[in-house]
Amino acid sequence: MKQVPALKIDGITIHQSLAIIEYLEETRPTPRLLPQDPKKRASVRMISDLIAGGIQPLQNLSVLKQVGEEFQLTWAQNAIISGFNALEQILQSTAGTYCVGDEVTMADLCLVPQVANAERFKVDCTPYPTISSINKRLLVLEAFQVTHPCRQPDTPTELRA
Amino acid sequence: MTESGKPILYSYFRSSCSWRVRIALALKGIDYETVPINLIKDGGQQFSKDFQALNPMKQVPALKIDGITIHQSLAIIEYLEETRPTPRLLPQDPKKRASVRMISDLIAGGIQPLQNLSVLKQVGEEFQLTWAQNAIISGFNALEQILQSTAGTYCVGDEVTMADLCLVPQVANAERFKVDCTPYPTISSINKRLLVLEAFQVTHPCRQPDTPTELRA
Repeated sequence: MKQVPALKIDGITIHQSLAIIEYLEETRPTPRLLPQDPKKRASVRMISDLIAGGIQPLQNLSVLKQVGEEFQLTWAQNAIISGFNALEQILQSTAGTYCVGDEVTMADLCLVPQVANAERFKVDCTPYPTISSINKRLLVLEAFQVTHPCRQPDTPTELRA
Repeated sequence: MTESGKPILYSYFRSSCSWRVRIALALKGIDYETVPINLIKDGGQQFSKDFQALNPMKQVPALKIDGITIHQSLAIIEYLEETRPTPRLLPQDPKKRASVRMISDLIAGGIQPLQNLSVLKQVGEEFQLTWAQNAIISGFNALEQILQSTAGTYCVGDEVTMADLCLVPQVANAERFKVDCTPYPTISSINKRLLVLEAFQVTHPCRQPDTPTELRA
């Protein structure tokens, strides 16, 4: 698909971020990234798919290239706003400390990077208090800090934390 | 749930995402009721207040089952798999499961969202066909390659999986957008084999409660 990420692990290569995460969950089950209860698992996957399938693909690099430079910002903003309008509503019934209940799940792994994209595309997140507060709580966790775009091997100097 | 206790599927006959879930329900022998949501009539019934309360993304499918409402077709299918595990729609082996999810996500996240109705509306009428074709061609180029290593009779090995539920509706979309599928012999032959199976036949867009008369089989 000529996209990142791809993970080489256990003798195979997997791509599609959620397929990778579900494989990690099944082969390295602790700590859990999906709850045990099937209904809660459905909520986690629903939120993850909303972001990974319903927002991000519409504002990724290759789509924006096709849209044309003068429309890119509005296009990306529209994709994110539509998705966040829905997500903010959904979180009313699923969220606790995090997206689904009080444990970090795959849904939270999708949320934080998407909020970062929203900020990059100058989307006003005031209409999304639940998204914003969950994002804030997640960003203080170590796993979200050490993996931040500003701390990667390939982070350009001027963007490095 | 209806008074009878049956699950309720909110579906549009031609929605490829709805078709994936219809196939899953059929394969698992789950009896359900359909509430048709016409994506075009009345400005799009998915935008009604009632439906928006059900699915804030204003998209089909949505499934009311076991006292909850789930949307996002793959989340629905995985829930059905976990609560009604036979027949399987995901293999037991984690590496094969990864292949199934990878292919499903490629289609459901990498192709279909780029050529769905609401995106095409934004693209503008004169560019719609090319845009949709590009989305499908890019995805199918990748998928044809991936299937070289995963496919047996079907997308992953010799059993029908979630990946196959994604493939058939996407090929139907490709045909609708006049994509030449000659470069994709593996996709085409798997599609052909799947289409003869009963679950793929009874759930076909041409046989739905809301199929317009002129498109009915």
